[in-house]
Amino acid sequence: MIPAPFEYIAAESPGHALELLADYGDEAKLLAGGHSLLPMMKLRLATPAVLIDIGRLEQLAGVQADDGELVIGATTRHADLAAAELVRAEAPLLAYAAAQVGDPQIRHRGTIGGSLSHADPAADLPMALVALGGSVEIQGPGGSRVVAADDFFQGFFETALGPDELLSAVRVPRRPGVPWGYQKFVRRSNDWAIVGVAVVDGRIALANMGATPLRATAAERALAEGASPAAAAEHAADGTSPGEDMHADREYRRHLARVLTRRALEHQTG
Amino acid sequence: MTRIELTVNGDKRSDEVEPRLLLVHYLRETCGLRAANVGCDTTSCGACTVLLDGRSVKSCTVLAVQAAGQDVVTSEGLSADGELHPVQAAFRLNHGLQCGFCTPGMVMAAVGLLAENPHPTEEEVRAGLEGNLCRCTGYHNIIRAVLAAADTQAEVQA
Amino acid sequence: MPARRELARGDYLSILGTRVLRTEDPKFLTTGGVYTDDVVDDRLAGACHVFFVRSPLAHATVSGIDVSAALEAPGVIAAFTGADLADLPAIPPSAAGLINTEMTQRLLATDKVRYVGEPVAVVVTELAYQGEDALELVAVDYDPLPAALGFDPGDSSLLFEAAGTNVAGYWGDPASLRPDLFEGCETVVSHTIVNQRVAPAPMETRAAAAVWGADGRLTTWIPNQGAQGTRDDLVKLLSLEPGQVRVITPDVGGAFGAKFGADPEHAVVAWVARRVGRPARWSETRYENLIGMTHGRAQQHTVTIGGSRDGNIQAYRLEIVQDAGAYPKIGAVLPMLTILMTTGPYDIPSAEAIAKVVVTNTTPIGAYRGAGRPEATAAIERAIDLFAAEIGVDPADVRRKNLLPKFTEPHRTKFGALYDTGDYVAALDAALEAAGYAELRAEQAARRASGDVRQLGIGVSSYVEITGMGDGEGTPPSENATVEVFADGTATILTGTSPHGQGHATAWAMLASEELGIPVEKITLQWGDTDLIPEGGGTGGSRSLQQGGAAVQQASRELIEIARERAAAELEANPADLVYDTSRSAFAVAGDPEASVPLTKLAEGERLLVRTVFSQPGATFPFGTHVAVAEVDIETGKPTLTRMITVDDAGTILNPLLAEGQRHGGIGQGAAQAFLEEVVYDDDGNPLTTSFADYPIISATEVPSYELAEMQTPTSYNPLGAKGIGEAGSIGSTPAVQNAIVDAVAHLGVRHIDMPATSRRVWEALRAARQGSEHR
Repeated sequence: MIPAPFEYIAAESPGHALELLADYGDEAKLLAGGHSLLPMMKLRLATPAVLIDIGRLEQLAGVQADDGELVIGATTRHADLAAAELVRAEAPLLAYAAAQVGDPQIRHRGTIGGSLSHADPAADLPMALVALGGSVEIQGPGGSRVVAADDFFQGFFETALGPDELLSAVRVPRRPGVPWGYQKFVRRSNDWAIVGVAVVDGRIALANMGATPLRATAAERALAEGASPAAAAEHAADGTSPGEDMHADREYRRHLARVLTRRALEHQTG
Repeated sequence: MTRIELTVNGDKRSDEVEPRLLLVHYLRETCGLRAANVGCDTTSCGACTVLLDGRSVKSCTVLAVQAAGQDVVTSEGLSADGELHPVQAAFRLNHGLQCGFCTPGMVMAAVGLLAENPHPTEEEVRAGLEGNLCRCTGYHNIIRAVLAAADTQAEVQA
Repeated sequence: MPARRELARGDYLSILGTRVLRTEDPKFLTTGGVYTDDVVDDRLAGACHVFFVRSPLAHATVSGIDVSAALEAPGVIAAFTGADLADLPAIPPSAAGLINTEMTQRLLATDKVRYVGEPVAVVVTELAYQGEDALELVAVDYDPLPAALGFDPGDSSLLFEAAGTNVAGYWGDPASLRPDLFEGCETVVSHTIVNQRVAPAPMETRAAAAVWGADGRLTTWIPNQGAQGTRDDLVKLLSLEPGQVRVITPDVGGAFGAKFGADPEHAVVAWVARRVGRPARWSETRYENLIGMTHGRAQQHTVTIGGSRDGNIQAYRLEIVQDAGAYPKIGAVLPMLTILMTTGPYDIPSAEAIAKVVVTNTTPIGAYRGAGRPEATAAIERAIDLFAAEIGVDPADVRRKNLLPKFTEPHRTKFGALYDTGDYVAALDAALEAAGYAELRAEQAARRASGDVRQLGIGVSSYVEITGMGDGEGTPPSENATVEVFADGTATILTGTSPHGQGHATAWAMLASEELGIPVEKITLQWGDTDLIPEGGGTGGSRSLQQGGAAVQQASRELIEIARERAAAELEANPADLVYDTSRSAFAVAGDPEASVPLTKLAEGERLLVRTVFSQPGATFPFGTHVAVAEVDIETGKPTLTRMITVDDAGTILNPLLAEGQRHGGIGQGAAQAFLEEVVYDDDGNPLTTSFADYPIISATEVPSYELAEMQTPTSYNPLGAKGIGEAGSIGSTPAVQNAIVDAVAHLGVRHIDMPATSRRVWEALRAARQGSEHR
């Protein structure tokens, strides 16, 4: 399978990419690692007329500390994110989540910005960002803005990112030593999560339990009120209405969310 | 059409390509390097794995234009003068291949894995090859081969 | 246990039975195999590319196909529909006479489509990259019909109106079942079990390249399991003369039964090449492969087993429903093999089996690693565990009690199979010992007692299977080989078998080397060109070594006898006084080693060549026992396969390296069926498993390293003592793994979980058991 034809333009700078987006509008898509977009294009579920390659823009890659936050360039590849000492030390959940994405080859190409903009509710990094209470930096024609993770994911494969905007960086709080837990329930190790749970410092995020990565707010509340991990986890699926597919029906997903949340809470590291 | 310049198995190349040309098809049709195979459409099977700037990638999910300026190594380019690379030799010694279709990709994934983790455990080898499917071997001898190659490389370094 | 043949023969060690590395490998590891899509050949210069328009609906009438827009697309040379191929004959079902003859297929669907993926038209383009763009422009008018699905599709929506039914036929007469079969049994257990539909999914998808010569002959490269059978199919599909088709087999990237013969697509590609007057190529996507290549298994079994409360099985009944898919191909014949192997390795006084074959709006069923025999093993192995659970006896003990005792003279079963040699109890005990069965049961008891969240299950499966079947009694299974020695010290073997991963080039060279003394590296194997090798049975049904290999040995021996006559003339000696010394590949006069002539010299004049045919009295029956150990997370239901211990007795082993590889592959593939793989359709007949992201072909992270125990009981049917080993692994492992998963949760009230025993199914079974509802 091959993509439909398109025009390819290598952006020379983030600003150039924004100009191109402004010029081409809906016709264009940003390309970085291409590991969310190219599979869609090969299946012809996406047929952009123009691809704007931002994958070569070094100013969009890498990890820096900025006061209380780590700032991660959007084109930072999963393998680099997983290996980055700063991330491993100060946001270990994010490094771990990056190491769970797909398989080694995918992690060598895929980028955090691409994964977040793709917004698959079953994916690792969106869930991790929600758990960490992170945010994304978005640049657009009117300047830049920061959107909290909870607000960024708006629906099934839908985000707050406008067609003329570019996700330039990801921000997560620097929290060295804060306990965290991660549970990903899969059929094969490189499959998408049937259900995923990430917990850090009392925040609980769920993957594939709805149209977006979700906070398990009822369980968080129970924890905050002093409930045991097991008791809190009983509320992990409260208010969720997960989809059904051949791997799991709604009831099984809700059951898994409870079990995995308890395990994530009980087996925290950090 | 877009002009790309890149290095393939040590040779500098310059070619006009259609933007949508996948790297795997560039290697197979333009360069005539047909070891890497297309086994799926969904970045699942790894039969098309090559090294891009030293890292394993699935060349069915990389555009040739994205590889411009980079260094590609395929299983054809791993060894010189008819000698097998230590990983290739270990696959032969351990009967780590049968029909051979997944093999070039599997070998390149293993080379990439050992570059990042020269002394993997069996579990790490299995996880490291999670992106490469084989229908013939049940993986048993592939795992043996990669572990053996790690030992050989350790001996060479020691 | 007989020793391996490592005995000294003369003054050198035999190569037979040794771990010779594959001569094939350096190419595969570096420049890669040359698969059909890799073939570069002058004859294919300027080839066009063929792309298939496939039905997106399971069942519909086709009221019109408009290719005009596609014809306007860049690079499109032509487009064809079924109407263009109307003069070609309809494809009849397999087993005509038993299967409804109205259930025929066209190369491209004409009036209606019967499964998602059925080819309805083709577009032909200059460049490979133009095809998918053009496919989107073909407009087909479909009028949807209700899909007939499942093992009881009913007749309300007929696939073939002329047939008047969706029942394709029966194997055995349902009226013949004896109502009193289970009389006298203290315990009778019955259960309906699904042996689910799976995808063969060889890593190389289907492909073809075709060109017509000025002489009106077709030359076509097709990945297949036997060029001769593929040629014969093409002759029929295209109404050609037998001499008109030359099939060339490039390297083949796995087949597993699904690349036997020729598919309609292969014939259409050849037809297109003739019609457009230039070479044509086709290579399918994985999506096409998963909906277009035949699937395997797809049987429903109702097993009923009865016996005494101390574990003697007295009666067994197997009622099969075979879903043949939309067209009755080999799938319709699989039940015959299943029925033949109904009682497996067991001595059961009363047993009967019948099968009904139905057609459904799904991809047709074909052969898949084991083809009919794994289904028989899965049925009885699950039945025995159900019986053992009912009477509370250890399932290994029930097996030991009912296995046929060791036999060295052929044993005829009541289903007509003639088992050549067997020592089933020894295989069971060897596997149990290698597994540490008693310790495993102790560990299981400890985990049960402690309420461990990860419960342990141990699954046992004893099997016997058929390998090297011929075309039935009266036509003994046979294969040809040609061996030629050249003056430069090399040799060539031509074989009618057809490697696709098994290592024939190495194994056949070993056999010739043993007789001729020529080093393995100097022996070349050729196969898969019907002009070079017009006859042959290909590789499938685990037949190659016992017939094709034995033919190589026979040809080599006959060649030595021809050479002996020439040597005698050369040395002016009596042939009977000559000794062939393989250590130097020369004949010498007995007692006078100085008077000698090398084999190479005898090949300088007239060609030194023998073509021979080896026949064996019948099929052989390898056997063994697999023990699987699985952990089940009883909170999530997730099963994890932690150990696989197997005894697979395939007679005398020629090359342990290759034999182990066959076992490993079979074990992995069989295990995958037990807990992962299934082709899934929705209620409208839409396939849901159309990529490797959805169809979970097993990966390295889901299997452990395998523990193989050795056992070799030679057959007398061929001089190698060899039985087949290609499919045994997948026959034994599937029920062992399934039994292990069920066993892990048996103490919680679970008696059965259908395959694939996924996390979800295990969890549902646990929930049902907990809720007290009967789940068995």
